[in-house]
Amino acid sequence: MNLTYTPEQNAFRAEVRSWLAAHVPKGKLEHFDASREGFEAHRAWEATLKSGDWGMVTWPREYGGRGLDLIQWLIFEEEYYRAGAPGRVNQNGIFLLGPTLMEFGTHEQKQRFLPPMASGEEIWAQAWSEPQAGSDLAGVRATAVLEGDEYVLNGHKIWSSRAAFADWAFGLFRAPGSERHKDMSLIFFRLDQEGVTRNPIRKINGHAGFAEIFLDNVRVPAFNRLGDEGQGWHICMATAGFERGLMLRSPARFQEAAAALAALWQNRKDQCDPGLEAEVVRAHMNAEAYALNIYQTASRLIAGAKIGAEASTNKIFWSEMDIHLHETALAILGAEAELLPPTGEHEWLDDYIFSLAGPIYAGSNEIQRNIIAERMLGLPR
Amino acid sequence: MDFTLTDEQLMFADTARTLLGDTCTPDHWHKMMERGTAFDAARWGQIVDNGFTLLMLPEAVGGMGLAELDLALIAIEAGYVALPEPLLESAGVGTPMLAGLAPDHPALGDPSAIFAVAPAINPVVANADIATAILIEKNGRAFLATPDQVALTPSETIDPLRRLFRIEWDETNAADLGPADWGMALDRAALFAAAQGLGLAQRSVDLAVAYSKDRMQFGKPIGSYQAVKHHLASAQTAIEFARPVVMAAAAGIGHADVHSRARVSHAKIVALEAAEKAARASIQVHGAMGYSWEVDVHLFLKRTLALKAAWGTPTFHRNRIATRVFSQPIGADQTFARENEHA
Repeated sequence: MNLTYTPEQNAFRAEVRSWLAAHVPKGKLEHFDASREGFEAHRAWEATLKSGDWGMVTWPREYGGRGLDLIQWLIFEEEYYRAGAPGRVNQNGIFLLGPTLMEFGTHEQKQRFLPPMASGEEIWAQAWSEPQAGSDLAGVRATAVLEGDEYVLNGHKIWSSRAAFADWAFGLFRAPGSERHKDMSLIFFRLDQEGVTRNPIRKINGHAGFAEIFLDNVRVPAFNRLGDEGQGWHICMATAGFERGLMLRSPARFQEAAAALAALWQNRKDQCDPGLEAEVVRAHMNAEAYALNIYQTASRLIAGAKIGAEASTNKIFWSEMDIHLHETALAILGAEAELLPPTGEHEWLDDYIFSLAGPIYAGSNEIQRNIIAERMLGLPR
Repeated sequence: MDFTLTDEQLMFADTARTLLGDTCTPDHWHKMMERGTAFDAARWGQIVDNGFTLLMLPEAVGGMGLAELDLALIAIEAGYVALPEPLLESAGVGTPMLAGLAPDHPALGDPSAIFAVAPAINPVVANADIATAILIEKNGRAFLATPDQVALTPSETIDPLRRLFRIEWDETNAADLGPADWGMALDRAALFAAAQGLGLAQRSVDLAVAYSKDRMQFGKPIGSYQAVKHHLASAQTAIEFARPVVMAAAAGIGHADVHSRARVSHAKIVALEAAEKAARASIQVHGAMGYSWEVDVHLFLKRTLALKAAWGTPTFHRNRIATRVFSQPIGADQTFARENEHA
């Protein structure tokens, strides 16, 4: 164990820091789920990032990345959140589908889909859940039928984040008449193509962040299927591992929030129950523990290990930590907690509401606890 | 930046796991409790033969000159078997302290010597009666006395495999070793308590997992029910997020700055919280059996309670973290920061 950065890593941090200082927009962008304008402003930011070659730093150069390792990725993320840079509108693409494509895609698919993903030219939504298939995702009913060199897609998807404004979706479909985990395929389709209807759904915070999608004889080339036919469930589980684990929730985001919480406490402690300081310290501890855990995982992966069921412990930890952190902020704000803050102030209330989604998406925490119990601890199903 | 352990470290941990797993079984606990003893000379002999007591003794004094991280890996295994013998306080706290203050002390030449430690922060001293010598804190100085130079009054403890004493002593009957680094002693003791906490926690989970696979109710093993699974999954999650804190605390302890002290405190709090959470989940999963002396989970709860409060309570340690949070830069780029460097 050596918990110091190398001179190269320190130099890399300095490079990221100075680029971000010169390029991060001064004013806060409207949220990408709030409106088409907000969405497009974030797409423009992705293009700016790409212009500095910061689109997806861990990907190979030939697919639009920078070829860096996971420790460098963590450093990049730390500087990214420290600089207050905009949220990544293409997170479904770059953090979920991207790593999955890297593992299961053909060379042609990687060449076709990864570079415009890294640059934000094509922004992705996830189309897995259905009205009758949520936690029990194997209950998906949407179908894909191969006709010549095209798939014909039919069905009803729901709770698709970013789908209101995104360009593409990756969906889970099954062969007609097939059951449960068998004969499912992961297939990409454009959200603006013929036969696709998307209806935005207002989230708890009022934003149109997700949508339901109706597919009515939507025709896509067979090229758009990731992996083999019938391999869909297996690929989905790999993607879910990325979603729960390392990539989607980098520690920097929580460490910066914990630092903002400590500052909030310093400003307001005279008006507060002194006992709240313990919760402020706890929020810092949680964020540090999460960071150390991720550094440990990154080191293991660099040494050749693979992520397993422990990704489920990550998902539980970050989602519960996020709620605790924001609960504490609202407690410090006291009777002012319900007020919508002026533009430019930290949006504790909005982030608190968002934190409540954490234990639900990417597989509910109840499902994660089942996975931990069954796959890490070996308890019977 | 590398968070992985070396093959040598993993091998040491493996040796400790095998040795302690073989010599400190439930059968051994039960026999010791029947006899009312908390020290097994044969087991201590094997621990000594494997060199574990020499781990943190400097090479110049005949030791192995290894670091806290190496011994922390063994401490995890000691926690896993609720080891009664004073390996950690003696080899991890007393030995390096005495070696720093009096490198020529003859007792350091005996690998089986036991050094008890009496810091001002603890009201009682563990294993003082069987110690070769006791290191006692007074006004920042360290005094060394043998058990027969002091008055020891046994204190009953809830942990049947732990022996505690109140101590009365006089400076005229002890050797003054001069000013001592009691801060480092506390950091080391807290770190090894945390590492033992990881082992205690995992054993509580493992006992509950084994029981819940066997125990049938409503025609199924109780471990197949989600309510049972979720208790144990929560405990395992707590362990997974305490372990890297303990490892980082061990790796950084030598810096002896506000950051390293805060990380040791963090490790002690969360590892023993994980141990308590796991022990309580385990008791709940065992049902009425868990509330009995028949099942061994109680040993892990009791050791957890002891270590949680010894060498600084959770409140004491939280205050050390608060000092770091409110006096130093914090944020995403500060995870591995040091007091005298600014990123």
